[in-house]
Amino acid sequence: MTLTLFYLTSAVAVFATVMMITRLNAVHGLLYLILSLLSVGVLFFLLGAHFAAVLEVIIYAGAIMVLFVFVIMMLNQGQTTIDRERAWLQPAIWIGPSLLALLLFGEMAVVILFGGSAETGSVVTAKQLGMVLYGPYLLAVELASMLLLAGLVGAYHLGKPALKSGARS
Amino acid sequence: MNGIPMEQGLLLSAMLFVLGLIGVLVRRNLIMMLMSLEVVLNATGLAFVVAGSRWGDADGQIMFLLILTLAAAEVGVGLGLTLQVFRRFHTLDADSLNEMKG
Repeated sequence: MTLTLFYLTSAVAVFATVMMITRLNAVHGLLYLILSLLSVGVLFFLLGAHFAAVLEVIIYAGAIMVLFVFVIMMLNQGQTTIDRERAWLQPAIWIGPSLLALLLFGEMAVVILFGGSAETGSVVTAKQLGMVLYGPYLLAVELASMLLLAGLVGAYHLGKPALKSGARS
Repeated sequence: MNGIPMEQGLLLSAMLFVLGLIGVLVRRNLIMMLMSLEVVLNATGLAFVVAGSRWGDADGQIMFLLILTLAAAEVGVGLGLTLQVFRRFHTLDADSLNEMKG
């Protein structure tokens, strides 16, 4: 049964990615990208990487996609925005991603209801992960924090509204 | 043993990677290119998690965590750059940047 769920989720992931890279509109692509990330999250769960699945949903499909939505909103200002949003929210646009997300939800319900049979062989728990992460990989955690700090400073500097054109001769 | 064969997981990861790469190469919209880069990084993380699940080891998920950190930093800087490009060139076309000379 795990294999069936695996194939189903893989099909959803590949289909969503193909739809994502062929959409002309960035918002439509974003819907399919979120679907692709969610399906990879379900794959992580099926592979026994529960903590990675949770992080995938919260950080990838949650936080990073919110960044994309913010930037798309900031880039689309003007009078035509309302008409464009109305055109974006037609049912034909969101019905596909919604149905596939419903499929993923059904898979999750199956896994929860029949948990024992869907369990994969090797489950790496969050405790094991934490023990290794703050043991041998402590330096990697420090480097990741430095990377995040650099990303924060860079994003702040680049996102400042007025870079004066005459300031840098 | 694991219920999911490692080869098929790695195959799926490779397919997603190639799809994301095609997206980066084909699309000229900067936001779509960044989204395709997300797919590429996600496929890499999937490969690590598949391998970690195969050996029952936590290292794969740790690599996924580091890739997640990388993706977050990359998206922050990349979207900041996208905003600047849009302010200066009033377009999101990556080919418009060929005017940057000197």
